[in-house]
Amino acid sequence: MTIHLSILIFWPLLLAVLAGFSPRGVAPFIALLGSLIPLVYAALLIIDYDTAKGGLQYVTDDKWIPDLGIRYSLGVDGLNLWLVGLTALLFTASSLWNVLQPPLARAKLFSVHFGIAESAVLGAFLAQDLALFVLFFDLMLVPFYFLLGQWGGPERVQAAVKMVIYTLVGSLLMLAGAVAVAVLSSRGGTPDFSLAFLRENLLSDNTQKLLFVAFALAFLIKMPAFPFHGWMPDAYRNMPLPVLAVFSGVVSKVAAYGFLRIVLPLFPAAAHDWQVIMLILAICSILYGSILAFTQTNLRLILGFSSVAQLGFIVLGIFALDPSARGAQGALLQAVNHGLVVAPLFLIIVLLAARAGGSEDIRDMGGIAFRAPVLAALFMIVTLATLAMPGSANFVGEFLILIGVFNSKLALALIASVGVVLASVYALRMYIRSMHNRVGPAVTSFDLSLRDAVVIVPLVLAIVAFALFPQRAINAGAPAAQSVSHSASGAAR
Amino acid sequence: MIATTTAVKAPVIDWSAMSPIVALAGGACLVLMVGLLRSRFVRSQVTPFLTLVTLGVTAGLAVWQWGENVQIVERALAIDDLTLSLTMLFVAAGVGAVLMSWRSTAVVEAGEGEYYALLLTSILGMVVLVAAQNLVAVFVGFELLSIPLYVMCATHMRREHSLESGLKYLIIGSVGSATLLYGLALVYGATGSTDYAGIAAAAGDLTDDVLLLTGVALVVAGLAFKASVAPFHQWTPDVYEGAPTAVTAFMAVATKGAALGVFLRLFDVGLISLSTTWGPALAVLATVTIFVGNVGAIGQSSVKRLLAYSSVAQAGYMLAGVVVSTSWGVRATVFYLLVYAVMNLAAFAVILARERETGLGDHISALYGLGAERPLLAWPMTIAMLALAGIPATAGFFGKVYLIQAAVDNDYGWLGVMIVVGSAISLAYYLRVIAAVWMRSSSEAPARPLLPGTGRPAIAGGSEEAVEPVRPRVGVQVELAVVAIVCALATIFFGIYPDPLLNVAHDAGAALRSLV
Repeated sequence: MTIHLSILIFWPLLLAVLAGFSPRGVAPFIALLGSLIPLVYAALLIIDYDTAKGGLQYVTDDKWIPDLGIRYSLGVDGLNLWLVGLTALLFTASSLWNVLQPPLARAKLFSVHFGIAESAVLGAFLAQDLALFVLFFDLMLVPFYFLLGQWGGPERVQAAVKMVIYTLVGSLLMLAGAVAVAVLSSRGGTPDFSLAFLRENLLSDNTQKLLFVAFALAFLIKMPAFPFHGWMPDAYRNMPLPVLAVFSGVVSKVAAYGFLRIVLPLFPAAAHDWQVIMLILAICSILYGSILAFTQTNLRLILGFSSVAQLGFIVLGIFALDPSARGAQGALLQAVNHGLVVAPLFLIIVLLAARAGGSEDIRDMGGIAFRAPVLAALFMIVTLATLAMPGSANFVGEFLILIGVFNSKLALALIASVGVVLASVYALRMYIRSMHNRVGPAVTSFDLSLRDAVVIVPLVLAIVAFALFPQRAINAGAPAAQSVSHSASGAAR
Repeated sequence: MIATTTAVKAPVIDWSAMSPIVALAGGACLVLMVGLLRSRFVRSQVTPFLTLVTLGVTAGLAVWQWGENVQIVERALAIDDLTLSLTMLFVAAGVGAVLMSWRSTAVVEAGEGEYYALLLTSILGMVVLVAAQNLVAVFVGFELLSIPLYVMCATHMRREHSLESGLKYLIIGSVGSATLLYGLALVYGATGSTDYAGIAAAAGDLTDDVLLLTGVALVVAGLAFKASVAPFHQWTPDVYEGAPTAVTAFMAVATKGAALGVFLRLFDVGLISLSTTWGPALAVLATVTIFVGNVGAIGQSSVKRLLAYSSVAQAGYMLAGVVVSTSWGVRATVFYLLVYAVMNLAAFAVILARERETGLGDHISALYGLGAERPLLAWPMTIAMLALAGIPATAGFFGKVYLIQAAVDNDYGWLGVMIVVGSAISLAYYLRVIAAVWMRSSSEAPARPLLPGTGRPAIAGGSEEAVEPVRPRVGVQVELAVVAIVCALATIFFGIYPDPLLNVAHDAGAALRSLV
């Protein structure tokens, strides 16, 4: 029983409240402090986590609402360890960006919502109680609604409403599903939402199949995966880019993590039954996302649709359900990888737009590399990581995912591997059209300033470091991924 | 001599159990009398103060009687934890209404003493209604609750809409009362008893009895009018919009509580043996209500109308707790009612504050720019809307979780899904309010009122007195901000630590011993 994880979760919230009552100029710094401490904490957790022992560590488990069977239960294991680190890193990068860039309008309010967002995301990753998870998962949406609706682009209000309604339809169904799981599993007793209890008391196969749908829908909408991505283009077009960096980098990972933490362990039989459908959805996401990323000209949408494709890969890995759980391991690794590459890419869009007369359209860009070699080099590294160049951690992730699927469903794996090729097509197109080619009419290129480099260089270094040493994350995740994946593939036998 | 004294047996009166009722009745009389004094100060300041004192005493007595669970007046009234928990709710709504009415025009026009006395009488009726275990007592309570409200709706006498609201409520309410009375008569005719225990004993053998079932159907319709359950809800938006906002807030919170309280006791005690018959019927009614309320609210531009439709939808959610007819269902309903009261009071206090500040009435544009200009009003409004939508970290979330648990537990899983689908639809309009608060600027608001009837004279070309004097716009009114902020804080507090309310709901559920 430790208090560490509670501090990790609620520190950003606490400082967010503090920022709300502080003078305008100070608020962004308080917000930065609010995300910096969790980053330090997360780094210490990663160093201190006992990989050899495995399992849940730093467990906090207290009764919270006994009448409803909800416990305040948190814990770290191989599944969420690195995702927590990713969350803390991206939120820190984004709040550092906000401190260094020209001040925002209503900076105090922004800091409040930003802090709530970080607390909610961390809470969702660390929760070991189904109700607590649902609570944080739904809460996550509120600050992003305000951040999009108040600081977003021209169609921000409509985009925000669309995003909330889309994702909450899924989340609310999940809420009903979660209550049903707890009530039905307790078989007449007081319901119990703790994941440990629910894993021991599985439901009958038919009930699992129904409830699986409620959860899968919530997660697929949140990701978003094809065909539930209708809210994504509007939200991505209008969300302020520093917010979008964390939103795309982290929030979609909560959904992927939800499959590993909740769906596979609680509904193993259903996961096995729905496997092919989920794999087909994943392949549709990969192909559809890649093709649309190739046709879009707005950089935000290129990245948005590439995220759809990347998350398709992650779902593919999760539902590979191969005997040695390579797919699940790859998915876990890829979740961290995608977060690491997509966040700097969104921040780079800000820099590109500043050099292309404010436009985020690649038709207005071109030739930016000519006078911005450092920016071009950094952008190049991130782009290569995105397209899973051998040597990058993304390559390792996609490789593991594909091995997993090859071992379980050969035909589907062959189709999915087309996605790897498509990724290089859209990623290179994005890079070439913006950085090379003929110089665009409104382009005035200049190199990376120190102010921007302070944020982007560490993120790129993180990508490089992760590419060189992915083993630590894989080792931590392997046993957890295996136990999760085995419960589902074991249900088949 | 000795023989006569022994022959006259004085009835045993349990004064301690009856004390909350006595306090309310006494307070109402006192306030009415004090309101007759000439001094302006006494009328405008002392009467509301005395009203608050009466409510405070009632609450104190209710706390004192907690856990006693006694039946008084020949078992016609049950002063048990269910009654007392709902009494707390009525007191809270009453306190909110008094604070909101304190400086309003409506009260001055109606006469302070009368207004506050009517408010207390209405609360008295609600307490009797939820305590009633006898059909006669039900009807007495029902009328005692309704008649003062008909008057209070029309107290803003120089506004056409207020008069219209009162008249409409009177007519529709009377139809509801008549339906209820007819139903009660048929139930009595079929079972031969007005007592719930007697009805329960007799109803077991009468599950197919046409007379009884017709009676039950009419009772449902009569109560549905009061609880604004679809399709008997049509009066709700008009009356809510027209009535003075303080009265609207009181009606939305307290009347709803009383109507659902009587639903709980009548159906889960008196008619429990027929639960397989009325259960599915009420479940369908609840579903219809959820959809009608949520869809109806989407297009509204008056925030009071919007909240009226939202209250229809919320009645549907809570009816789900009645349908499941388990102790769990009672607990969930009581918990939701308590939570619902807090979140609605916060919203209405903000609406009233903006009505007085902007002169735009309750049009949604009155909320434009609130986030930038008045964060102390904007946050309560935001929290109230998020809570009504059932977003986590607010009490509304646990309210929904509890109701869904109760529904799933008794094989009404589909009703749980309906609650969820309804909540998803409801976001469309709750978010519109939040967007108006935070994402619009006050410069977008029109200069003149957009809604018809706001500030217009009741009679075109009428006498001087008929024209409402133009009141200067006022700044933040402390009492409204206090109501809004306290309720919003409570919403958040109970969203993080709901145990106190859960315990209250638990005791209330335990009071109905006929349930598992």
